[in-house]
Amino acid sequence: MSRLRIITKGIISGNPIFVLVLGMCPTLGTTTSAVNGLGMGLATTFVLMLSNLVISLIAGLIPSKVRIPSFIVVIAVFVTVVQLIMQAYVPALYETLGLFIPLIVVNCIVLGRAEAFASKNKPLDSFLDGLGSGIGFTLGLTLLGAVRELLGSGAFFGWKMLPGDGMLVFILAPGAFIALGYLMVLFNKFLKA
Amino acid sequence: MFLCLLIICLGGSAVMGSVYLITYEPIAAAQAAKVNQAIARVLPEFDNVPALEAYQVLVDGRQVTVYPAQKDGVFAGAAIEAVTTRGFGGPIKVMVGFRPDGTIHNTAVISHTETPGLGDKMDPRKSDFSLQFQGKNPGTFRLAVKKDGGQVDAITAATISSRAFCDVLDLAYRAFIQTDQKEGGKQ
Amino acid sequence: MEYILIIISAVFVNNIVLNQFLGVCPFLGVSNRISTAVGMSAAVVFVMTLATLITYLIQTYILNPLQIGFMQTVTFILVIAALVQMVEIILKKISPALYQALGIFLPLITTNCAVLGVAIIVVTKEFTFGGTAAMLTLPQALVYAASMALGFGLALTIFAGLREHMDLVGVPKPFRGVPIALITAGILALAFMGFSGIV
Repeated sequence: MSRLRIITKGIISGNPIFVLVLGMCPTLGTTTSAVNGLGMGLATTFVLMLSNLVISLIAGLIPSKVRIPSFIVVIAVFVTVVQLIMQAYVPALYETLGLFIPLIVVNCIVLGRAEAFASKNKPLDSFLDGLGSGIGFTLGLTLLGAVRELLGSGAFFGWKMLPGDGMLVFILAPGAFIALGYLMVLFNKFLKA
Repeated sequence: MFLCLLIICLGGSAVMGSVYLITYEPIAAAQAAKVNQAIARVLPEFDNVPALEAYQVLVDGRQVTVYPAQKDGVFAGAAIEAVTTRGFGGPIKVMVGFRPDGTIHNTAVISHTETPGLGDKMDPRKSDFSLQFQGKNPGTFRLAVKKDGGQVDAITAATISSRAFCDVLDLAYRAFIQTDQKEGGKQ
Repeated sequence: MEYILIIISAVFVNNIVLNQFLGVCPFLGVSNRISTAVGMSAAVVFVMTLATLITYLIQTYILNPLQIGFMQTVTFILVIAALVQMVEIILKKISPALYQALGIFLPLITTNCAVLGVAIIVVTKEFTFGGTAAMLTLPQALVYAASMALGFGLALTIFAGLREHMDLVGVPKPFRGVPIALITAGILALAFMGFSGIV
């Protein structure tokens, strides 16, 4: 598969959120605004790229019995690195995303790509696969975040665009489920068909 | 087999440890900046570093942090960080800045878990609710919502959050009175 | 008394799936039949409580005193992974039928963000149950974890019931599967919002 194909697969045909239905927890929990969704997506992409790369490099050396625990340790190390970097340099975003940053380690996308792709492919391809899935994830998060922010508070990336308070439910829990459900319908109807 | 896992863990720990050492200072600086920014928002002019002179007081068994400010060597007010547990969604932490005579200069919400669109209007970026306390002295201004016989305009449909806000302001004021006596004794 | 508050808050007011967004993947994946939902919930209650016990002790007696808080993510997830392996082995011996029924979902409890999420929450967040904002004690943490898992089970079981019904109804084609499940979950979450403010 060409290098470009690897990347675009993660964005459209293999989009983690809309097609694979993975990583639901951060998708619903961090998309109260477009910026939050974007930040979360970038952090996850960072982990995806690096863990895919490292796992691809060492996969051959690991006995099969300890494969999953080894992968988990590698991923956890990079998640911790991202935690520390965010806490140091973007503390406001770090506090808003809160619990969901360490939860990247159990994001099914990360372990899923490691298991399905990185452990069986070359390092550069794995790195690109992580990048593609990460971009797909980030786009989905930012889109959902933008929709929820626009409907729920009348703002877009922090700029107030509509007067009034908006439909509050979209910033709250139920709105996340409902907005994602409808977005998924749109995605399936227009992009995949 | 376990050797392999051990090597990975050791390698991982080395990576994490290095990043931790690198980010140690920026993280500490970011946390200090957060407190200092809140203090600067709520107090009139000062020239010391209140965070370095912070101390705790107990008011009715509740712990409060006091950040005294000075200008030209004279007591210029204090920023008080207090918590109330009576919020609708959980604890609300507020930083209140008092001028030397006990008048509230400004307030800043440090953390809360109130409902977006309702209780979260106590944040000055969301509504003017918190502005009504500026320049009021709790010695004469009754810190209770109008429904409870006080002089505070509550947030519409968010009475509990408003009451909690009054509660934390009142707690901060009582801490300030205790401090003032202490600072007054110092001068 | 505060234990009752903890239970009510964890199960209804701050329901782990419908309010905190933890455990959504298995929530969407396992909730097709009520019987599997109940079995999964029981497994999660067991794993979550036991995991919280161990991670709480590790945080209090190892991570905090040595000031290596940044090792939290790695140690916690390793504890959970090891625990789930253990549960698998035990379950295989004690109840092969349940082991078969749960199938792939048992090892997936490791990646269930609910378990890691609750483990982190109990050692991080300040709670107001006792009237003052403070960290949970170990007994409180265990009750909290078990209640969170019960809340998970409750949401899962209700949802399974709803989905069993949906199988009999005509759903428009683009909505079938995950989208209609999400929208239904949203309405269920809306219903649970009615509990807010009780505690």
